[in-house]
Amino acid sequence: MNSLADFVFLSAVLFGIGVYGLIVKKSALRLLFAVEIMINAANLNFVAFNQFLWNNAVGQTVVLFSIALAAAEAAVILAIVVVAYRLHKDVDVSKLKTLEG
Amino acid sequence: MVDLVFISMMVVTIGGAIIALEADEIVYGAIALAGSLFGVAALFFLLNAPYVATFQITVYVGAVAVLILFTVMLVRQEKWAMEVSPKSITRIAGALTGFALVGSLGWAIAEFSLGSSTSLQNSTGFLQIGQLISGAYAPILEVLALVLAASVVGALTLSRVDREDKQS
Repeated sequence: MNSLADFVFLSAVLFGIGVYGLIVKKSALRLLFAVEIMINAANLNFVAFNQFLWNNAVGQTVVLFSIALAAAEAAVILAIVVVAYRLHKDVDVSKLKTLEG
Repeated sequence: MVDLVFISMMVVTIGGAIIALEADEIVYGAIALAGSLFGVAALFFLLNAPYVATFQITVYVGAVAVLILFTVMLVRQEKWAMEVSPKSITRIAGALTGFALVGSLGWAIAEFSLGSSTSLQNSTGFLQIGQLISGAYAPILEVLALVLAASVVGALTLSRVDREDKQS
């Protein structure tokens, strides 16, 4: 049987990979990948703790809300990436220096 | 004491995450990210939470991954190899931070003896989720609907091509 520690440790590894990506990568799309990985690590933590330690469904409900929020956030970030590419022909965040639309 | 399904899904999830960040072609990175999200959905099934797993597959693997793939194709440059490879000092700093984080979290997991709890709750929780969403958390659901609508309108406004600008 799996224990709670296995799931929580897997979630910690995913979060560490996300932090590595946020520090190292410069492309906006890679940064979005890293953020998505970190959000998934947090969701996994929520469901794991809820299913092992509690006897209700609050964790699952919170994760449903979190997934919907992450989808909205991804849509906005991708629109910003498309606009940045149209203006600068580049998605490197260290080269984007203007905010004018 | 972990079973084979968990180990294979762990490999899919972590390997997909690493490939998503490190693949040379960003298209392959997007596909690997979809695989990683699918692995997380399988872990939700293992955790006896099929509703969340189905939601994850529908929204993440179905919508977000396809959205990312289309954006990657729209933003596709001639040479993705020109993506500036980070300096090795940055890479080392990132890897060190990641390892320190995982190490400290792993120490905390071992310290609080989370491995002792091995019994999943039996109910899949469909009824409880429905009661919570339509009861105590109904205001959050309404606000979430507003946020989704605002984000869709914002994304459309941002990415709209101005025809009049083009003609002048």
